[in-house]
This record gives sequence, structure tokens and C-alpha cells, in this order.
Amino acid sequence: MKDNKTIYAMYDDDMTLLAGAKELVAKGIYIRDVFSPFPIHGIDPVIGIKQTRLAICAFIYGLVGLSLALAGMYYFMIVDWPMNIGGKPNDFFYQNIPAFVPISFEFTVLLAAHGMALTYFIRNWTLPGVTARNPYPETTNDRFVMEIHPSDFGMSVEDLTEELQKTGTILIEER
Amino acid sequence: MDFIFTKRAKLIFSVLMLIGFIAMVLGYATDTSDHHNRFWANIFVNGFFYFAISLGALFFLALQYATEASYMIALKRVIEGISQYIFVGSAILIVFFAAGTFHLHHVYHWMDISVMYEFVMEATMGTPHPEYMHEVTDGAIKNVKYDHIIAGKSAYLNQPFFWIRTLIYIGVWCYFANLFRKRSLLEDAQGGTKIHFKNMTYAAIFLVFFAFTSSTASWDWIMSIDTHWFSTLFGWYVFSGMWVSFMIVFVLMSIWLKNKGYLPNVNKSHIHDAGKWMFAISFLWTYLWFSQFMLIWYSNIPEEVTYYITRIEHYKWLFFGIFFTNFLFPMIMLISRDAKRQIGYLIVVGFIIFVGHWLDVYMMIMPGSLGSHAHLGWMELGMALGFLGLFLFVVFRAFSKAPISVVNHPFLDESNHLHI
Repeated sequence: MKDNKTIYAMYDDDMTLLAGAKELVAKGIYIRDVFSPFPIHGIDPVIGIKQTRLAICAFIYGLVGLSLALAGMYYFMIVDWPMNIGGKPNDFFYQNIPAFVPISFEFTVLLAAHGMALTYFIRNWTLPGVTARNPYPETTNDRFVMEIHPSDFGMSVEDLTEELQKTGTILIEER
Repeated sequence: MDFIFTKRAKLIFSVLMLIGFIAMVLGYATDTSDHHNRFWANIFVNGFFYFAISLGALFFLALQYATEASYMIALKRVIEGISQYIFVGSAILIVFFAAGTFHLHHVYHWMDISVMYEFVMEATMGTPHPEYMHEVTDGAIKNVKYDHIIAGKSAYLNQPFFWIRTLIYIGVWCYFANLFRKRSLLEDAQGGTKIHFKNMTYAAIFLVFFAFTSSTASWDWIMSIDTHWFSTLFGWYVFSGMWVSFMIVFVLMSIWLKNKGYLPNVNKSHIHDAGKWMFAISFLWTYLWFSQFMLIWYSNIPEEVTYYITRIEHYKWLFFGIFFTNFLFPMIMLISRDAKRQIGYLIVVGFIIFVGHWLDVYMMIMPGSLGSHAHLGWMELGMALGFLGLFLFVVFRAFSKAPISVVNHPFLDESNHLHI
């Protein structure tokens, strides 16, 4: 038995997989990952996936966008070339704040949204041209797959296969 | 499980109402403003604010039905209970409008017909009912009270039409509040899906009606106080205010009921969802407040800026203060997921922006009614507390009349297992 064996167990129903995962985890089996065409509700805490930190990134990108927009407008509209638009005061930044709010808002959203999307793509390595990392193309359609490395918790492949078969899997494959 | 309206709660609410009553009596006696405008405007601020909360509840309930949403079913009776204040609230509003019609107050300038006519018979001028006319005739002189702008709006802002509209709004809203309540109790008794599917139709009809009338009602009732001014966004602004006020009351009341052990099936996810609404609608309100402000500030057209000039000249700190309070508190304190699941955060933010939105209604109504003379005193505080007592009394009585958790609903089980 080689150490870096990977076992894939395929299911045809997300609820079967979820119930199976609960049983396996209770027996001390560590599930590396689950591939699924859609988010399986409640799987994260079962297989020990932590809360995403994407929201924190989004907040930081938003703050960056807000600061950039405000700094930019301060320089363009107040310092560098104060323009008289409709007779609005242009000597001081604070007098013009209402006019700057929409742009600040838009720029905050722009950076937060794009930053979040890019972070997501890079973190998951799903950029254009990158080969897909899911082991079975069916997992983008109607199949659900668990990835388990027996060496993570020192169980033999045979024992693991036996455990997996109890959970109603339709295919067990070793790669 | 049945909600028990304890003697202690009754006593507290009665004391609040008593405070309100004393504030009303003393306020009326000591009010030196023209036509007791301060007193009546206070009645309207509180009357409208709590009425709007129950109307927001009705809207939210209809929204749940129309979208067939399941997540709030475990809390449906709370929404329903809050919506039951609408009958009392309507009565108070009708009293206020009737007082305007009979010239007991002068909050609505346009209700005084003397501003509508360009000429007046000189001979009748001292009498209680001077004779006004549009065309100049023998013995007629220029009417000094004539207001060109208000006269131009007389096709819409006249008493008969105002009353027809008001009675239609209130009548239909109350009809639906009663209908939804009755059908919900019937559903508890007989179960099945028949009522649920039919509710969807009723809710859709209500929402379409509400979409128009929530705007026109706020023009008629609130925007017409500043008769010279108009804003097409105003209806939405008032609507978002009533929605968020309801959301706050809903969150606080759900937390309170849950802590008392009444809602055993309500879990953190329900509170989280309700907290999300409070957070999101605060932004809707901010967005509309600011959109209205910025466009008028930018274009600077005399007929539009009057509203803001009154407020900024005399109530600068209050006016901008409530904007930032109602925006920044939910924004900073409720932005993270964990905060929305922390009951303490929700309560603190809820109480702050509850006061904030009361002050928002105050800012809509008072400067138009009293000009620069409005101020927050014991009368405002006492009457606000009194109406709060009345509101809570009516709502708690509605809670106690039906099981506080819905017994039968097609989505009840799904809602009880809400997990987000």
C-alpha cells in the first residue's frame, strides 16, 4: 500500500453524501474535499471547512476603493483643477461631499466586487486556461464525489472501502 | 403555545399611556403655538410613526405570502400581531385629519381655502366666512392670503378628494390586515394548502395596491405639510422608513419573545435573517434619503430646496445627525455575520435606530408644521412614550389572542429547521 493513495467515492444524491460524511467523520475518517455541482447545505461544518474569509477581503477591497476614490477626487476636483460646476463650492473638500458620494460608492462597489471575484478565482485556481482540478467531470452535472486520503488518518484502503460501501456510494475508485 | 399578556406588562403599558395622556393634556393647555399646532403635529408624528410600523408589518406579511417565503413562518404571528395595530393607528390618523378639516389645527396650509382664491369680497372680509373668488368682480379686492403655488395644486389638494383618497387607503389596508389575520387563524384551524395558495393571490393584489398608495399616502399626508415643496422620491423615502422601523420592532420583539421562552422553534438563523433585513433596509433608507437630498442640493432649484433650507437653517444637527445615526450604526455594527447573530448587537443597534427613525418622522413633519419653532421637549417625549405604550398594548393583546407560533402552515416544518 502506497502512502499517497487517494480514494474517490461517488454518490448520486447530495443527502446520501451528507449522511455518509457524518458517519465517516464520526469514525475518525478525514474527508479532504467534496466535489459537487452545487453547494451542499450543511456540509461545511461536517467535513471541517472553516468559514470563508472572502468577506474580510471584500471589506478591505471596499475600503481601498473608498479611499482611492476620495483621494482621487480630492486631488482632481479640489487641488489640481477646481471646477465650477453649477456654482457649487469647490474650495474645500467637505463642501462638495454630496457630489462625491455617488462616485465613492460606485468605486467602493467596483473594487469590492472585482477584488472578490479575482480573489475567488485565484484562490480556487479557476482562472481562464487553467485545467480543471475536479477529478470527475460528472461532478459538474449530477454526481457528488468525496476525496479521501487514507494516509491522513492511517487506515488501510480495504477498511476504508468497506466503510464507504456502507454509506450508499455508487462508485469507489483509487487513484 | 399561547402568549400570556401578564398583569405586569399591562401595568407598564398603562403607565406609559398615562404618561402620554398627561403629556397630551398638559401639552394642549400649555401649547402657545398657532392653533395648537405643536400639540397636533405631535399627535401626527406619533400617530403616523406607529401606524407606519404596523403598515410595514402588513407589507412584510404580504411579501412573505406573495413570494411563498418559508423562513419567517415560525415568526409569522409576530408580524401579524404588529400589523394589528393598524386599526387603532388609522383611527388616530383620521382624528388628526378631521381636526385639520375642522380647522382645529393648521398643519395643512392647503386645508385653509382662503389661500386658494385670488380675490375676496371686501364687504365679507371681517365675517367668519368671507366670500372668495377666482375672477375679479364688483366689490372684490385682491386676497392677501392668496398663494399662487398652493392654488395651482388645488385640483389634487382639496378636501373632498383628500378624504376620498385617505379613506380608500385606510379602508383597503385595514381590510387586508383583517383578511390576512382571519385567514391565518383559519389556516391554523383547518390546515392544508388551500388557504396558503389563495393568500398568494390576495398578497399580490395588496402589494400592487400598496405600491401606489404608499407613495400617494405619503404625498397626501406628509409631503403636503410643506405644501410648496414636492419630491417624486418622497413616497419611497417614507416607505423605506416605515419598512425599517417595522424591521427594528420585529427584531426586538422576536428576541424578547424568544428570551421569554415563547418561540421554541425560532433559532439563531431566524434572528440572523431578521437582522439582515434590518441591516439591508437601513441602507435602502439611507440610499433614498441621500438620493433625494443630493439631487435637490445639486440642482438648487428654488421650488425644490425650500424643504431643505428650513431644515438645514434651523435643525442642522438633528437633521444630519439622524442621517448619520441611522446609516452608520447599522453599517458599522451589523456588517459582519457574527454581529447579526449576536443578540446584544441587534438590541443596541435596534434601540438606537428606532429612536433615529422616530426622529426622522419628526423631521419630516415638524419643520413644516411649526417652522423654526419646533423643539424636543417633555411634551414630545411624553407623547412618544404614551403612544409607545398604546402600540405595545395593542400588539401584545393581539399576540395573546392566538397561538404565538403558527400551528398549521405548509412551510412551518421547513421554517422550524431554518439553517443558514
